[in-house]
Amino acid sequence: MKIVVGQGSCGIAAGAEQVYNSISAAMADSDSFTLGITGCIGMCYLEPIVDIYDGDALVKRLVRVAAKDGEVIVSAVRSGDLSALSALEISEEDEQFLGLQTRIALRNCGLIDPNDIEAYIARGGYEAIKKALSDMSPEGVIEEIKVSGLAGRGGAGFPTWFKWNAARSNAGEKKYLICNADEGDPGAFMDRAVIESDPHNLIEGMLIGAYAIGASEAVVYVRAEYPLAITRLEEAIKQAEKKGYLGDNIFGSDFSCRMRIKAGAGAFVCGEETALIESLEGKRGMPRLKPPFPAQRGYNDMPSNINNVETFANVAWIILNGGAAFSAMGTENSKGTKVFALTGKIKRGGLVEVPMGKTLRHVIFDIGGGVRNGRSFKAVQMGGPSGGCLPESLLDTVIDYKILGATGAIMGSGGMVVMDDRTCMVNMARFFLDFTTKESCGKCVHCRIGTKRMYEVLTRITEGKGKEGDIELLEELCMGIKDGALCGLGQTAPNPVLTAIRYFRDEYEAHINDKKCPAHQCTALISYEIDKEKCVGCSLCARNCPVGAIKGVVKQPYTIDNAACIKCGKCASLCRFGAARAV
Amino acid sequence: MCKCNCSSAGSDLKLLDGVLESYGGDKGNLITVLQKAQEIYGYIPTDVVYYIAEKMGSTPAKVMGVATFYTQFRLKPIGKYLIMLCKGTACHVNGSGEIEKAICKHLNIEDGGTTDDGLFSLKNVACLGCCSLSPVMMINGVAYGSLTPDKAVGILEDLKKEAAE
Repeated sequence: MKIVVGQGSCGIAAGAEQVYNSISAAMADSDSFTLGITGCIGMCYLEPIVDIYDGDALVKRLVRVAAKDGEVIVSAVRSGDLSALSALEISEEDEQFLGLQTRIALRNCGLIDPNDIEAYIARGGYEAIKKALSDMSPEGVIEEIKVSGLAGRGGAGFPTWFKWNAARSNAGEKKYLICNADEGDPGAFMDRAVIESDPHNLIEGMLIGAYAIGASEAVVYVRAEYPLAITRLEEAIKQAEKKGYLGDNIFGSDFSCRMRIKAGAGAFVCGEETALIESLEGKRGMPRLKPPFPAQRGYNDMPSNINNVETFANVAWIILNGGAAFSAMGTENSKGTKVFALTGKIKRGGLVEVPMGKTLRHVIFDIGGGVRNGRSFKAVQMGGPSGGCLPESLLDTVIDYKILGATGAIMGSGGMVVMDDRTCMVNMARFFLDFTTKESCGKCVHCRIGTKRMYEVLTRITEGKGKEGDIELLEELCMGIKDGALCGLGQTAPNPVLTAIRYFRDEYEAHINDKKCPAHQCTALISYEIDKEKCVGCSLCARNCPVGAIKGVVKQPYTIDNAACIKCGKCASLCRFGAARAV
Repeated sequence: MCKCNCSSAGSDLKLLDGVLESYGGDKGNLITVLQKAQEIYGYIPTDVVYYIAEKMGSTPAKVMGVATFYTQFRLKPIGKYLIMLCKGTACHVNGSGEIEKAICKHLNIEDGGTTDDGLFSLKNVACLGCCSLSPVMMINGVAYGSLTPDKAVGILEDLKKEAAE
């Protein structure tokens, strides 16, 4: 028997280390079972998670484990009678979360110890690079990737084989393969999970890419905010070097490749490939004019190829199983699977990998369980600050680069933030503009100043000072930025606003014309009142009002003095009868 | 002596020599050198900017340009506890705004500020990637999830007690 504690960043934040320590402390030297760790299982909402294995078979999955459960777990495993753990066991409903997924990029996540190269090898690891080096030419590898239909998972969805082929065909005394792990989209964490949970899969995918384009040096540009991912990848690189999988004459071939990590320093724009190259060269991360494309003159002016983590995570699988097996999944335009980070007001949040062609409804409702706390679904934000908010009427949209693009949102890196009826769409657009104004590098005037002006207009609207013509002004600014920005960050910055206006125009109009916030979120546009019919006079609100604005007599309906009220919302959050509320 | 006329006694620049020896030869390593400098000094002092520029064959303006471009770099010292409050989308939807208000009110500082006793600094960050635990804050590398305004203030109080002991 083996006890395995899930230790991705989410698990650790939820207390997985304490759980591990308590299990370790409860174990005795005489125990025949072992204790290990694994990465992110993807069911973030159930963390910390503890799995009990008998050989290779998972016999029990325990969820929301606390440090105090350590002894119970150890004694149950020791006795061989696991029935004492039924209270912690995962429910059948929660099992659906994984059961409905098809995992390729995440195939080892949560199953193997990320710090142990042997665990990866035991699951067929490094067989793909061996196969590529012994049986395939670099052109053959590129052809296989072409057959697979793999497209860039970082957001743009550009065909991977095309980029590889361009980097291969351009001459240069040295070529570089770069992995973009600068996962800056707020609400996306799939790349982090892959690196933390299955770092060798990334290394192997990169090695195959390096072989295909003829690169002798590979660099992983990782966000500095991901310290655990950096530590695990450093360790994995060391192990691979020791085995001879990285370095000179890999697997006895004449292919040599070295790999290193470069920690980013916090700039969203560095997710754009030319900005990333500038940053790698030690400069301010400002995008370059294209052409020349990185495949022609990239890092250190040499032909370079940049792919996202998730893209590389699919490569070894494709080489081993064939491109046709990959392209058998998905739609006409989009092949294979896509990983989504499902968050926000969702019942079951975490990492979801599904074949392309599934609907948003399938991901959010069948897998994610829908909106939590009994609220109703309002919108899903796809693709972070470059994407858009889609309403309920578009939930049957299928996951496909082109089809999602046509809605005004984008596939993006795969962030999916679910919003309920209490989310204000104007405020949400303002939130994204706040982000883009701060992250704009400042190179292009439209992006630098246009986003700022949009932010001011949106702020004005949420403060109840919206004017007629503001929607049109926003639209005009959006078009200017789309046309006037050099890079993807700027060109897509208007998307959250454009989709919000397209699908939630009535909400904008309510803010501007009626000075009302239908979601009751914009403080300047709401007031609080107590419903006389519902109030039982318990006095809870009056006792907790920080400014004493609620008056009344016990067992009789209370009232709020709106002149004194500071709209903190405490009364509404405390009221057990739904009497105190925002209007 | 610091060159920015701030009358500070200046930083112990020798501490950086090992780093500059390993990385200083290649201008492409400027970000790495700045990261190491911040690990040593806790922030990037102005005299360190001049020193790095001199040793790496660059100019103070260029080094400063890079240091101010990336959010990771701080040009002022920070408190004992650095509160990184996540302002990502998932945290925003789940109420990080209320958490920020509560922290600011409790510590009487704003984003980017440090308390007078030098104990706490607050920094809003884009996304910590712990979205399923939103709203989240990270203090000196430890993540605290599923926050409420009261819970956040409670955590700060606990840390204050811990520091006093």
